[in-house]
Amino acid sequence: MEITLEFLVFLVLAVFICACSILAVTTKRILRAATYLLFVLFGTAGIYFQLNYSFLGAVQLLIYAGGITVLYVFSILLTSSQGDKAEKLKRSKFLPGLLTAVAGFAVCLFITLKNQFISSSFEHGELEVKTIGHALMGADKYGYVLPFEVISVLLLACIIGGLLIARKR
Amino acid sequence: MINIEYYLIVSTIMMFAGVYGFFTRRNLLAILISVELILNSVDINFAVFNRFLFPGQLEGFFFAMFAIGVSAAETAVAIAIIINIYRNLRNIQVRNMNEMKG
Repeated sequence: MEITLEFLVFLVLAVFICACSILAVTTKRILRAATYLLFVLFGTAGIYFQLNYSFLGAVQLLIYAGGITVLYVFSILLTSSQGDKAEKLKRSKFLPGLLTAVAGFAVCLFITLKNQFISSSFEHGELEVKTIGHALMGADKYGYVLPFEVISVLLLACIIGGLLIARKR
Repeated sequence: MINIEYYLIVSTIMMFAGVYGFFTRRNLLAILISVELILNSVDINFAVFNRFLFPGQLEGFFFAMFAIGVSAAETAVAIAIIINIYRNLRNIQVRNMNEMKG
């Protein structure tokens, strides 16, 4: 297998994502964890761009990296004091978590590599935004207008719920 | 050409990093960050399956997009709850959360 530029880009993204996601759950400082989460989200957007799903990558960058991470950073700054570090975990608490994660990872990896996927074909070519828009607003067989409306109601409910929960009494 | 398995390995690593963090972190916001990692890895899987196995259809694409929206909503409400907890208890460590009275 020759090494193409595409593969190199994927390799860089994969190493970046794996390293940052492991660092995000092992670092002691919570603000650093949020920063590593931001890096993971950037890497994921890169993978979407590489799959030629530019719209999904843009959505990921806008909502996740632009919105959610800012929310995290704000709430971390609101709720934790300066130099706040995670407490040292006892061995009896830390080992079961690690064992569960490693065992689950091994099982999933085994199944993934063992499985014969149906013939996969990667076609280059951008997914047109016009197609996305027609599918999102279509009410026929492959239309998504109902989930679209439902998610708008969900977001409205979340705004009201968030305001109600976090308001000052 | 990149095999589909490589993408799945990356998302599996991300998912179990999230599971590990979910089990071992003691801070509510750190737990939420781990949940975010898990959701994100599932989004990658949806997009990859859609692109590689069913390139003519859009189900995985839209599922990933709606999952992003739902996780944004979930994060907003969870952070509101965490801020409310902080206002009542003055910290957000899990061990202080054994009484759920307001």
